[in-house]
Amino acid sequence: MTGLLDSLGLAQSAELLSLSPPGWGRNLLRGLSHSLQIAFGAYALGLVIGLFGAYGKLYGGKVTRDLLAIYTTVIRAVPELVLILILYYVGSDIINKISAAMGGGRVEINGVAAGIWVLGIVQGAYATEILRGAIQAVPLGQIEAAKSYGMPAIMTMRRVTIPAMMSFAVPGLANLWLIATKDTALLAVVGFNELTLETRQAASSTRAYFTFFLAAGFLYLMVTLFSGVIFARIEKWARRGQPSLTGAGR
Amino acid sequence: MIDLKSLMQPHRIVMMLVFVGFAVWCAYALRWDWLPKYAPLALYGIWTTLWLLVVTVVLGFLLAVPLGLMQAVGPWYLATPAKVFCTIIRGTPLLLQLWLLYYGLGSLFPQFPWIRSSELWPYLRQAWPYAVLALMLSYAGYEGEVMRGAFKGVAKGQLEAARSFGMPRFTMFRRIWLPQALRNVLPTLGGETILQMKATPLVATITVVDIYAVSSRVRSDTFIIYEPLILLAVFYILVAGLIALGFHWLEVQVLGTGRRTQ
Amino acid sequence: MNVKKLLASSLAAAVLSAGIASAEEVKIGIAAEPYPPFASLDSSGNWVGWEVDVINAVCAAAELDCVITPVAWDGIIPSLTGQQIDAIMASMSITEERLKTIDFSDPYYNTPAVIVADKSMDIEATPESLAGKVVGIQASTIHQAYAQEYFKDSELRVYQTQDEANQDLFAGRIDATQADSIAMADFVNSDAGACCEIKGAVKDDPAILGRGVGAGVRKGQDDLREALNKGIAAILADGTHEKITSNYFSASIY
Repeated sequence: MTGLLDSLGLAQSAELLSLSPPGWGRNLLRGLSHSLQIAFGAYALGLVIGLFGAYGKLYGGKVTRDLLAIYTTVIRAVPELVLILILYYVGSDIINKISAAMGGGRVEINGVAAGIWVLGIVQGAYATEILRGAIQAVPLGQIEAAKSYGMPAIMTMRRVTIPAMMSFAVPGLANLWLIATKDTALLAVVGFNELTLETRQAASSTRAYFTFFLAAGFLYLMVTLFSGVIFARIEKWARRGQPSLTGAGR
Repeated sequence: MIDLKSLMQPHRIVMMLVFVGFAVWCAYALRWDWLPKYAPLALYGIWTTLWLLVVTVVLGFLLAVPLGLMQAVGPWYLATPAKVFCTIIRGTPLLLQLWLLYYGLGSLFPQFPWIRSSELWPYLRQAWPYAVLALMLSYAGYEGEVMRGAFKGVAKGQLEAARSFGMPRFTMFRRIWLPQALRNVLPTLGGETILQMKATPLVATITVVDIYAVSSRVRSDTFIIYEPLILLAVFYILVAGLIALGFHWLEVQVLGTGRRTQ
Repeated sequence: MNVKKLLASSLAAAVLSAGIASAEEVKIGIAAEPYPPFASLDSSGNWVGWEVDVINAVCAAAELDCVITPVAWDGIIPSLTGQQIDAIMASMSITEERLKTIDFSDPYYNTPAVIVADKSMDIEATPESLAGKVVGIQASTIHQAYAQEYFKDSELRVYQTQDEANQDLFAGRIDATQADSIAMADFVNSDAGACCEIKGAVKDDPAILGRGVGAGVRKGQDDLREALNKGIAAILADGTHEKITSNYFSASIY
């Protein structure tokens, strides 16, 4: 093994990437775990915002609908990097002001929670649009049928609307998850120690820029490919019992 | 388009008043005394952002056409590399790609002294060629995937008809296949271009002075946080609006019907 | 609406409980980007360097419960004023411009600013000599302020970290960089910096380059400032400062 690596001139890279010091592999994996935590959290928060947002856009009052339209338009027009800076500074300012107003002390927000909050708001805007489209795609008759049987609104949502819209929403939601994992990289610019920042630190400490950026790229790619497999299964599951939709989606 | 009547609903008037109030409050309560000093730099930054956007969208799209074609109908030795390229571009963060190109390639220069005496060196020294390359490849990767679908979406019968008339393959491509595919992708182009605009501020991390870099400079020189960021957000919203309008206009011209793209 | 509310509130609770810690400790902000030999991350994930040792010594002497918190250098002052951190100890010089926004403790080190360039280049640390050259500097530093004031005929390239400027000097993309003399001495003695040498110190301008490096605190946080002053005075008096310095450098940097 060592001989093979040597002959390929990769021995140095292998040493730099090994999991125990002096290798930086552990740092990269820790960064990856932070990235995934933030991505999971932001995605979940985004879905919750998206569900409320979609219902608000479809069934809310005039004011709700206009406010949501402003939210989704602004978030989708401003670069994530700028939003992250604004939400990061504004967020901690507001939380501290609220805490001070309630007579509490200063509140500290750790990197992961701040990242989740910032990216979650961004994800929420996209999720709102995806879920709205999916809910609209559910045949109205199904919902009316549920109503005519006297099913309460919340049960209609849980038993009819959400299961029926899943197949329409999954492709968009899969894409959104990939955006969430990649957007965590932007948090490097505000100093969160996720994968990209850990990579940058390792690269500039060792000057092996090429090795580390390639290694991080490989990790991101693995996450993407693995997620692709998972979402393909979810999509199959969400479409169970439906006639095959040839020509739809991808 | 927004008509005046729909704006004149009571709740919208209230919202507009709130917005105007907020704008007035911003103008008076926040600090804007730095603006005149940084205006020339900001104009330069806006110019950089805009030309980067236009150049990389055009070049990226030109690259996306062969990428899509290779994947749609190419033999496996062309289709596979094209697919791998698109997967890698779409599967890794642009920020990482940018840093890999700029710092990764940069770290290799000293090992090859001849690079510094080559004619390309004056360009390789600058940061913008790397920014153009990274943004162009990114756009090509995303749009290449879309073009694949667009080429596949062209009705078979049209191509068969052309073939039966004995039309040469290249003429067929130029006259029928490509125009049809372009019509197919046109509705997605506006959205993709807005996404590309949203990617441009990343180039500030490799020392390109775009409008985002200018706002960072204001922040670091004066320690004013929100004002430059608010202006920056307004700028991007305006550009996104112009892009959406522009592509809407193009759609009406080309397709005859205009779908409202949000 | 119960399900949604439950979901939302449990998520919010999870986020908040994970996110909010008690506020008794003092968060000392350092730059998240490595700045050797003052503060850099080693391969086991610990922050090491002269300044890290000094932070620990000052906090021990001042009996503060300090937590080292890395934040982006570019946004370190907003992080302080936005209360994400309580003090900055990241080789930040005490300048007039920064004093308008934050307060500083007494200085704990002071080094001149130098120009570094390729050995083969005939460059001096003067604006005339650097005219027409590409000079790299780190964003939000005294060096950026100085270069913008004095090197008006040079092309300035602004980097997020000094390491990246060094990397581009090594790659030949910039002709020179201006930075702190100690950080640069460390760089030119490393393999990567073998290309280059220190060309000399720039002419001092205390208004821009400041009067040494101090710990930054929010305005009005006089208790913390006094505590840090006491800690700094203590480690200077009992020889701890000198001992830490001798582990890293051959001469005093106070």
